[in-house]
Amino acid sequence: MSATHSNRKSTTPPKTVEIHIRRRANPDSAQYWEQFEIPYRPNLNVITVLMEIQKNPVTKSGTKTTPPVWSMNCLEQVCGICTMVINGRARQSCSALIDNLEQPIKLEPMSKFPNVRDLIVDRSQMFDHLKRVHAWVELDGTHDLGPGPRMSQEEVQERYAYSRCMTCGCCLEACPQYEGDNYIGPQAIAQVRLFNMHPTGKITRDERLEGIMGDDGITNCGNAQNCVQACPMSIPLTKAIYEENRETVLHGLLGWLKS
Amino acid sequence: MASNGLKIAIVGGGLAGLAAAMKIAEGGHSVDLFSVVPVKRSHSVCAQGGINGAVNTKGEGDSTWEHFDDTVYGGDFLANQPPAKAMCEMAPSIIYLFDRMGVPFSRTNEGLLDFRRFGGTKHHRTAFAGASTGQQLLYALDEQVRRYEVSGKVRKFEAWEMLSLILDDHQVCRGLVAMDLQTLELKAFPADAVIIATGGPGLIFGKSTNSMVCTGSAVSACYQQGAKYANGEFIQVHPTSIPGEDKLRLMSESARGEGGRVWVPRKQGDARAPSQIPEAERLYFLEEKYPAYGNLVPRDIATREIFQICITGQGVAGGNQVYLDLTHIPAEVLDRKLGAILEIYEMFVGDDPRHVPMRIFPGVHYSMGGLWVDYDQRTNIPGLLAAGECDYSIHGANRLGANSLVSCVYGGFIAAPAAIEYAKNVERNGADGSKIYDQELKLQQEINQNLISQSGTENQYVLHQEMGKWMTDNVTVVRYNDKLAATDQKLLELMDRYKRISINDSNLWATMALPHARHLANMLELARVITLGALNRNESRGAHYKPDFPDRDDENFLKTTIAEYSGEGPVISYDAVDVSLIQPRKRDYSKGKKETAAVAPKQQGNEAGGKSNN
Repeated sequence: MSATHSNRKSTTPPKTVEIHIRRRANPDSAQYWEQFEIPYRPNLNVITVLMEIQKNPVTKSGTKTTPPVWSMNCLEQVCGICTMVINGRARQSCSALIDNLEQPIKLEPMSKFPNVRDLIVDRSQMFDHLKRVHAWVELDGTHDLGPGPRMSQEEVQERYAYSRCMTCGCCLEACPQYEGDNYIGPQAIAQVRLFNMHPTGKITRDERLEGIMGDDGITNCGNAQNCVQACPMSIPLTKAIYEENRETVLHGLLGWLKS
Repeated sequence: MASNGLKIAIVGGGLAGLAAAMKIAEGGHSVDLFSVVPVKRSHSVCAQGGINGAVNTKGEGDSTWEHFDDTVYGGDFLANQPPAKAMCEMAPSIIYLFDRMGVPFSRTNEGLLDFRRFGGTKHHRTAFAGASTGQQLLYALDEQVRRYEVSGKVRKFEAWEMLSLILDDHQVCRGLVAMDLQTLELKAFPADAVIIATGGPGLIFGKSTNSMVCTGSAVSACYQQGAKYANGEFIQVHPTSIPGEDKLRLMSESARGEGGRVWVPRKQGDARAPSQIPEAERLYFLEEKYPAYGNLVPRDIATREIFQICITGQGVAGGNQVYLDLTHIPAEVLDRKLGAILEIYEMFVGDDPRHVPMRIFPGVHYSMGGLWVDYDQRTNIPGLLAAGECDYSIHGANRLGANSLVSCVYGGFIAAPAAIEYAKNVERNGADGSKIYDQELKLQQEINQNLISQSGTENQYVLHQEMGKWMTDNVTVVRYNDKLAATDQKLLELMDRYKRISINDSNLWATMALPHARHLANMLELARVITLGALNRNESRGAHYKPDFPDRDDENFLKTTIAEYSGEGPVISYDAVDVSLIQPRKRDYSKGKKETAAVAPKQQGNEAGGKSNN
């Protein structure tokens, strides 16, 4: 067994890191590319490289420029904020290690959300989707009512997988159907699954189903299955879509029978 | 007075802020919630191991009193005891509330909540959702607050940053000024009360386990406007973090709670792979020195021991690293109980901790100090409250693992009704009250304008780096007075050089440079509070350790440090600590608690007690 860093590439390390950044000054201006180069050190990630450029923003050709801006917070791939498209793939920039990336490294903002500036996008539509599908348990109140319902560890583990969604948007970026907020998308459907599985959440199941049954609802899924591969938290998104599709069909039938 | 008209502003959307928001909205009042990031992305997501509460479902005879005793003993008796006790009493109901909200807590075979062990206790008292408990708890509150957002009770201002409080002529808090981080527009927001819940100040140390928003900037602004800052020198350095170029990533204490063992090769410089080193040739230094608690001694102790081992050249490969070993535990158990944190290690280091011992080193993690609050979370500024890591109550000189999540929610749940009560009774502004809003707005606009227009040769990011390095080198695990004094001089130098920074971004739309410059000014002020608090405390207690004063000195320093802002720097004074419930005793984790002292409630009152609860 090799003692350390077994999955790193073992080629001679490069002397520099070359990064191409797709930039935009503000929402009304056009995008353009800019190239940067910084000295190589081991154990760099994309965030560290951006920090280095921010400190002294000079392009590869030596021209002074404005510092590129991006979003970052936890740097442990759990807050979801630093998501961008790196070498063509949407992922978190904190966990994108330079040693594992092909150079020149291309950084772009996610394309499915309004681009604020440089690598920053506005993902508030994802939070709006959570409102629409009532992604919560309808709590009576915060007063002490004792413990919640008993559950098996198996059920908990299935729910835990869905509950790790950090609303990063990788699934929407990868989804060929999602464009211009025309489809509620896998993340919201997975949250419907999360709460419809919960014994208390089930009580208001129908409200959630109605949230994914409109024109931009679950039937827009084209079964490309890109989402489940793009998800950094390995959430079983296609399973959620399958289960909720079934639930909505049943719900629709029942509604038709009742009317 | 119609209670429906109340408006409470909350700054910070982590666990404490969201807990307060939920309570206030539930009471039928309005909340304006400010956060520099979408609240679901707050630093609370980083908490891993779990949340403490003496639910006592394991047949171990645990009780809320035992939890309380562990908390004040672990905190080396610097915490005021009544709020610590109140928190421990509320803890089981907080865990149950999260259970009702649907948090996927791990379960026992009977379908009950499972509990694991954490540092500084002998009981299984920590409820957990895999190893991403903070994320799960934050999401539960985020969901509930979103409900109130839909019903119109909560207005969110995400990507808005609080710059200052609005105080009237009587130093009463009447709202705040915040900045839109896209447009840099400044706006005054009137409020009947303001709750600060902005978390810790880890970025003062450059690299820490904290998220990038944890600058302490808003708290420092409050301090500079007259709020007292208490026990600033008590900074927790977590024993197990993964050193990185951009941050120190946390490796949860739950790794040790589930059986992880800390060791180094007995033979200095032993170059063999860890699996090739036989058991007898490994030094399990925590287990040897602290047989009663072993790897689960409180964090300050584990940190000092690891630090000491590395300083003397006994670290793995002679470096600043020791092994944290989980390889003796079946991979299936590890995946179920610790999956999320093992993934983090694998992702950032490249080794699989199921098969190779992790290499870890201490990293700045948590501030026990913070805004001074009374037992209702009220600061000394009328109308300003604080909750969560940004307030100083509960943890004393050292926080126990898994007590932070519970203290955040407790703080929010106490602050909310206290804010409502205050707002119901406070006199409204007079007819010309509106001028205070314009005045403060103008003042803040001027500060921004000056920063934008000034030009100089200093680089704000370089200054931040220098501050972080000095603070980490001199104001963390081991502290010497000469180095503390030199650090304060350095901070003064940095403050002077700060006057000559120039914002290096000519595009102000969504710029990171101007907000960072504002943070930096505030961080420097708070860095002085931390440093001078440490310089003045000539004893060792909890996380504060001075080799020249190695013992706890209750006679002179069983006191809360209070820092108040003045133009010349922090003015330090001391307040008595309320130890009315448990008699302070010597901390000794080589022995079990029963051997150190009886854990009986102290009967007599304490003259120090009433003072801070005004």
